[in-house]
Amino acid sequence: MAQTLKVNGKDVTIEAEPGTPLLWVLREKLGLPGTKFGCGQGLCGACTVHINGAAVRSCLMPVAAVSGEVTTIEGLSSDNSHPVQRAWIEADAPQCGYCQSGQIMACAAMLKAKAQPTDADISAAMTNLCRCGTYGRIRKAVKLAIELNSEEKA
Amino acid sequence: MKTDQETNNPVGLSRRSFVQSGAAAFAGLVLGFHLPANPMRRSEAFAATGTPEGKASQEARLNTWLRIAPDGLITIYVAKSEMGQGIFTSMPMLIAEELEADWSRIRVEPAPSDAEFNYTGAPFEVTGGSTSVRTTWEILQRIGATARHMLIAAAAQQWGVPAESCRAEQGQIVHAATGRKAGYGELTAAAAALPVSAIPKEPKLKAPSEYKLVGKPVKRLDTPAKVSGKPLFGIDVVVPEMRYGAVRHSPVFGGECANFEELAKGMPAGTSLVKVTGGIVAVADSWFTAKTVVLGLEPRWTKGATAGLSSKDIEKKLRTAAGGKKNPVAATKGEATKALGTAKVKLEAEYSTPFLAHTPMEPLNATAHVRPEGIELWVGTQSHTLTRLLVSQATKVPQEKIVVHTTYLGGGFGRRAENDMVLQAVEASKAVGKPVKLIWSREEDVQHDFYRPASFVKMRAGLGEDGLPLALTASIASPSIMQRWTMFGGLPKSGIDMTTIEGLADMKYECPNLHVQTVAVDTGVPVGFWRSVGASHNAFYVESFIDELAHAAKQDPYKYRRALLEKSHPRFVKVLDTVARMANWETPPAEGRFRGIAIAESFGSIVAEVAEVSVSAEGQPAVHKVWVAVDCGRYVNPDTIAAQMESGVVYGLSAALRGQITLRNGRVEQSNFHDYSMLAPHEMPEIAVEIVESGEAPGGVGEPGTPPIAPAVTNALFAATGTRIRTLPISNHKLTGKKKA
Repeated sequence: MAQTLKVNGKDVTIEAEPGTPLLWVLREKLGLPGTKFGCGQGLCGACTVHINGAAVRSCLMPVAAVSGEVTTIEGLSSDNSHPVQRAWIEADAPQCGYCQSGQIMACAAMLKAKAQPTDADISAAMTNLCRCGTYGRIRKAVKLAIELNSEEKA
Repeated sequence: MKTDQETNNPVGLSRRSFVQSGAAAFAGLVLGFHLPANPMRRSEAFAATGTPEGKASQEARLNTWLRIAPDGLITIYVAKSEMGQGIFTSMPMLIAEELEADWSRIRVEPAPSDAEFNYTGAPFEVTGGSTSVRTTWEILQRIGATARHMLIAAAAQQWGVPAESCRAEQGQIVHAATGRKAGYGELTAAAAALPVSAIPKEPKLKAPSEYKLVGKPVKRLDTPAKVSGKPLFGIDVVVPEMRYGAVRHSPVFGGECANFEELAKGMPAGTSLVKVTGGIVAVADSWFTAKTVVLGLEPRWTKGATAGLSSKDIEKKLRTAAGGKKNPVAATKGEATKALGTAKVKLEAEYSTPFLAHTPMEPLNATAHVRPEGIELWVGTQSHTLTRLLVSQATKVPQEKIVVHTTYLGGGFGRRAENDMVLQAVEASKAVGKPVKLIWSREEDVQHDFYRPASFVKMRAGLGEDGLPLALTASIASPSIMQRWTMFGGLPKSGIDMTTIEGLADMKYECPNLHVQTVAVDTGVPVGFWRSVGASHNAFYVESFIDELAHAAKQDPYKYRRALLEKSHPRFVKVLDTVARMANWETPPAEGRFRGIAIAESFGSIVAEVAEVSVSAEGQPAVHKVWVAVDCGRYVNPDTIAAQMESGVVYGLSAALRGQITLRNGRVEQSNFHDYSMLAPHEMPEIAVEIVESGEAPGGVGEPGTPPIAPAVTNALFAATGTRIRTLPISNHKLTGKKKA
C-alpha cells in the first residue's frame, strides 16, 4: 500500500504492508539506519524517533498509523550540531553506541517539551536501556544538553 | 552509505582494492612489520592442554599496518574488534605516542581478515579475554616508533643533516638548528622510498615519563560517528540485491525441522524458506515480512538434546556431580581433609549460579553473499579470522576466497565470538543465490544463546584458633565451555576446564591446606564465553564464602581478607585498602544502608569493589553506590578504564539482581527484556572508580570489573538482612527489610 510520510522535513512515498512498523520502513525503505532495532517489543527504546516532536518507539508503531512529521537521528542535525549531540560528544557517553541514537532522541524530545526538566522529569523521560551501562555518563550528558540547549535559545 | 560493492563496508576499508593494489599503490607511507608473536594470556592457560597456538606463533608474519597519506592523515588498521571497550582509541594512542603524531589527524579502520594483519601469528585472533591492549602494547609502540625513525631519516636525507639533529613533534619533523620543519604527509614519499636497511630493527621507544597521550584521559575517536546515526553496525549493512532473512530455531536445543519440504512448498509469493543449522530461515524483501512469515509457520521439530529437561533436573545433575568423590583435582596443597577434621570451627556451604544470556543491544546478524567465485561477509564479529576459518570449514571454500568485512559491534560480551548466525546467513545466501542479511529477533537471541554455564559448588572450610582458615575445599560442577572449542584444544584429557576453575583453583587467600576438584557436566544446553567467563561465578563463590568465614570468625570482612593476603600479595592489599578508603569503610554508613566488599583478579587485573545497599520494607533491594579500585598495571586511557569498570559493574549487577535463563520441558523460558531484563536507568548506582598505580605489566580492562560486584552486593545484603544469598539471582530470594538481631 502506498503512503506518503513526512520524514526529516521531506515528503516521501513508501510502499509497505500496513502492519509494518515505522522502524523497518525507516531502516529498509528510506535508508535511515540510525534508528535501531533492539527488542521489537517497545521495551528498550533503541528505536526511538519523534512524531510531531514527541518520543515514540517506532518498533511498535505501524507505519499506517503514523500521522504527523517523523524526525529520526539523521534529521536532528547533519553535522552533530544539535545541542544533545554536542552534549553526548562532550560527555563521551557511548560505548558500543548501539542504543545511543534512541537515547539522544529521547533526550531531544524531553528538551523540546520542557527546556528545564527536573531530575524527576529526566528519570521519567530517559528510560531507554543500555547494555554497556553508560547510564552515568548519559545522565551527565543530559545535564550538559540542558545547558547547551538553553544557551542556544538565549 | 555507498552501495557500491567495493565500498559498502560501512566502516571503511574495501579489502579487494586494498589487497590488489598493495602497499605501493597507496600514495604515502605504508608500514608492515615482521614482529615476534606476543603470547596471549589464554594461550598460556591452555599451554598445558597442548593447543597448537605455541607452534603457530613462530610463523608470525606481516603484522599490522599504518598508513600516512600525503595530506598527513594517519590511518591505523586495527585487527581487533571495537564492541564498546574503547580499543579503537587506546590502540591508536600507543602508536600515536611513539609516532609523535598529531592526535587530531588519526583515523581508525578495522583491518581485513588477511594473515598479514594478524598480531599474534596464531591461526586466528579473538577479541576476548580482555587481551587487545595488553597483548599488542609493544607491537603498537614499535609500529609508531619505526615510522618516526623513518620519517626522521627521510627529512634528514632531504635536508642533508644528521638524523640525530632532527626530532619528531606533533606530526612534523623539526630541525631545530635551521628551523626547518616538514609535515609527515610531505615526507611520506621519501620515507617510503628508503632502503630496507633504513628501517630500524629495534626502534628506540620513549620512556614512560615522556608520554604525552598514554596514561592521560583521551576522548574516544568513535563518539562523533556514534551520535550521528551513521551506519556503523553489521545490522546497518546494505548490499545491492540484498534479501532479508529471519530465523526460527528448534525451541528444544538440537531439534531439527521435520516438515521442512511441506512448509517450503506453502511459502507466500516472493518469499522462500531455507533449512539452516539449528532451524529454518524465511527470506523476503523486508525483514518484517520474513519474520512475520516464519512466525506464522507450523514447523514440527525432531526431539532435541534437551527434550524434557528442566532447570530442576540440571540443578540435581550438577549437585550430584559436585559430590563425586573421584572428580579431577584442579589444585591441592597440604592435607585439607585431615586438617578439616581437626579444625575447631567448621563451615560448609553450597553455592550455585544460573545460565546467563549475553543479549548484546544489537541483535545478532550477518550479511552473506555466496557466489561461485567466493564468499563475502559483513558482520560485527569478535573474530573475523575465526569467522573466515569456520565458514571455510563449513563450505569447503578456501579461506583466500572468503572476505570478511568487520563492522562495529553493538555489544559483544562473548556472544559475537560465536559464528552460528554467520553460518546461517551463508546457508541462506547459498540457497537463494542472493546476498542475505540475516537478523535474529530478540526472542531467538535470548532462547538460542551460548549461555554462561550454570554451576554448582560445595565449599568447606576449617578455621584455626585465630579464626583464619586452616583448610579450604571446593568441588565445582559445570558444563564445559572448552569442550566445544576444539580449536582451543577442547576439554583436555585431565577433564579440567580452565574456564570453570579460573578464580577458584588459583585463589590468593593464604591457607595451608587447599583442595579444589572440578567436573564437567554435559547438560545439552549450549554454553560459551560470557563477560569475565569463569571469574563471573567463581568470584561470587570465593568472595561469599570468605565473607562467611570472616563473620564466623567475628572479624571485619575487609580486615579478614587483608590478613589473608598481606603476606604474599601486596598488590591485592593495596587495591583492598584503596577501595576501603574510597568507601570510608571504617565509618558506618547512613542509617538503613549497608556495605559489602569483594576482590577478584581476572585477566591480569585486580579489582576490589564495595557496594552500598538498602532493603525496603517490602524486601526490595537497591544498590546505591559502588566504589571500584582497580590495579590493571600500566594503562593507556584512564577514561576508558573508568568507563569499562562502570560497564562491568552494570553488566554484573543486572545478572546478580535478576539474571537467569531457566529451562522447562527442554526450552528456555525467558524471551525478551521483560523477563530477561538488564539494569534500567533508574536503578543505576553511583559508581566511583580509582586506578591503583602499580606500573606492572598491563592487565585487561573490559571484563575485570564484572566479577566482584555480585559478591559485593550479596555480602552487603547479608549485612542488611542476615540472609546469606548462596544462589543467584538475588530476585529468587525473599529478603526481609530489617536486620536480624
